Amino acid sequence: MCKTIMALTFALIASSAAAETLQERAAPCLACHGEKGQSETENTPSLGGQQAPYALIQLFMFREKLRTFEPMNEMAKALTDDDLRTFSDFIAQMPKPAPPADAGDPARMQRGQALAQQHRCNSCHNPDFSGKENVPRIANQREDYLAKTLGEYKDNSRHGYDGSMADVMGPISPAQIADLAYYIARVR
Amino acid sequence: MMSYSSAPRSLLLAGAFFGAFTLSAAAQQAASPPAAGAAPAAAPALPPGSPMIGRPDNEAAAKLAPVAPPPLPAAPDKLPTAKLKVPAGFNIEVYAAGMANARSLALGDKGTVFVGSRLVDKVYGIVNKDGKRSVKVVASGLYRPNGVAFKDGTLYIAELSKVSKIDKVEDNLDSPPKPTMIYDKLPKDEAHGWKFIAIGPDNKLYVPVGQPGNNVLHDEDHGQIRRMNLDGTGAEVYARGVRNTVGFDWNPENKQMYFTDNGRDWLSESVPEDELNRITKAGEHFGAPFCYQGNIIDQDLGWGKNCKDYTAPAGLMGPHTAALGMRFYTGNMFPKAYKNAIIIARHGSWNKSHKEGGDVVVVKLNKDGTMKSMEPFITGFLEDNKYVGRPVDVMQMKDGSLLVSDDWNGAVYRITYGKPKVAAQ
Repeated sequence: MCKTIMALTFALIASSAAAETLQERAAPCLACHGEKGQSETENTPSLGGQQAPYALIQLFMFREKLRTFEPMNEMAKALTDDDLRTFSDFIAQMPKPAPPADAGDPARMQRGQALAQQHRCNSCHNPDFSGKENVPRIANQREDYLAKTLGEYKDNSRHGYDGSMADVMGPISPAQIADLAYYIARVR
Repeated sequence: MMSYSSAPRSLLLAGAFFGAFTLSAAAQQAASPPAAGAAPAAAPALPPGSPMIGRPDNEAAAKLAPVAPPPLPAAPDKLPTAKLKVPAGFNIEVYAAGMANARSLALGDKGTVFVGSRLVDKVYGIVNKDGKRSVKVVASGLYRPNGVAFKDGTLYIAELSKVSKIDKVEDNLDSPPKPTMIYDKLPKDEAHGWKFIAIGPDNKLYVPVGQPGNNVLHDEDHGQIRRMNLDGTGAEVYARGVRNTVGFDWNPENKQMYFTDNGRDWLSESVPEDELNRITKAGEHFGAPFCYQGNIIDQDLGWGKNCKDYTAPAGLMGPHTAALGMRFYTGNMFPKAYKNAIIIARHGSWNKSHKEGGDVVVVKLNKDGTMKSMEPFITGFLEDNKYVGRPVDVMQMKDGSLLVSDDWNGAVYRITYGKPKVAAQ
């Protein structure tokens, strides 16, 4: 359903000339990414509380096709620089995603935490994983999206704005990616 | 010697370091929770290439990380030109804007200014035609095309791991052909993988390969400057012990090559300083990663080494200041004191609590080729310990004016001396 909505309405998002409110223009975004900052769509990130500078970089990269994901490339292609700024500020103000109700399997949580410490995710993403500036909030992001993204950085199919995550992921195994994603999705 | 501020080096997180086993490993393990049972004991402490390698465990250090520029170029009316200060008698103006992440500069025979980028996929061309300047995209779909050089009608472009060229580029600026690869025997590391390139007086193309991390014991293919024929053949290593150079030029008086090199991070707030180096013979070793700034043996990798075994810098550029693009000034527009001085862009530090650099400086040399002085030339890129712009490269125009690129704002400025007049229109 998310796909249908997107197909029908991405034109709307770009039609800034019209008098839609920001809420109306953002409706197609939220159809997939969640109305309240929390995504319920497979492999699709929650946007709430995202760092505005990071969101701006991603929207820019989608528009310029520096980051390739066709639906987002389509969505962003007609956006102006001001649109990109407006939407990234909007995203940053949505409520941040909440952790899942279950606390998670203690053994996996411990493994994930140890990995996060070992690789110093907190250096850039902050100790609470809320991110800063161009470094994204990852706390309570969807587990499937986290695992997918970490895998894409590792195999270099997703190029970051800079190369830092490719370097970071070099020595991390697929099993460790699963544990990291499990932990960060549930961290409290 | 440095009157001034200064700041560091490679911006982004792009990864700069490494240090694989060293201190940080120990520190880290100590900090690890006891839960390590399932933790990957075998994995190295930090990924090679992580800028966080070597970071000491304290709050002030934890606040420091490479600074990424805004993705969107600033609109011409939002550029910080009015904040930028130049010495009395000089003028600064916007030469062109709207080029996201504008980095290295090269000048075409017909006056086109080519501009590389690092975080986007484009090489731009600033065309000056009938008094009007416009920006064209000369090539796109490239991967970190930081380096540009021009010779006899041909534009050379260095991406992260390959060099390519476009012949007769200025005759085809409206529909340039795709670049043709001439050399790709290069590592693919992100850390210090982006390249500045230039063509020497020997008509060879000079291509650096940085160290793949902050402080790394690397293999024979890294930490060097290579040179090769303009068709990519005959590549050889010209200098070793080079951590990350993002700018070089040749002394017009004796043809010696000078290059800037960025010192390692996390050693301390005040050392090591970035280096200005001079190559007097092929094959010289400049110390990294064993010896920095000519007199500091690295605390991790320098055991058993002696700084005397390496070529000392011709001068020091300030701690973490990120001395990048540099050119000897040979024009006639600036006062005589500038003749054959080196103008150097210091991109500005990230690995320092109080930022340093973020300026353009003038370096004068002693008769023996070492640094005599370093003075500020353009300042004002730093405001309240934050960047409002970051200079990357400098380039002299035929009329003796100077261009300066700014990757924070995606712009190129022009510096002139004398009564202000409109740029070569």
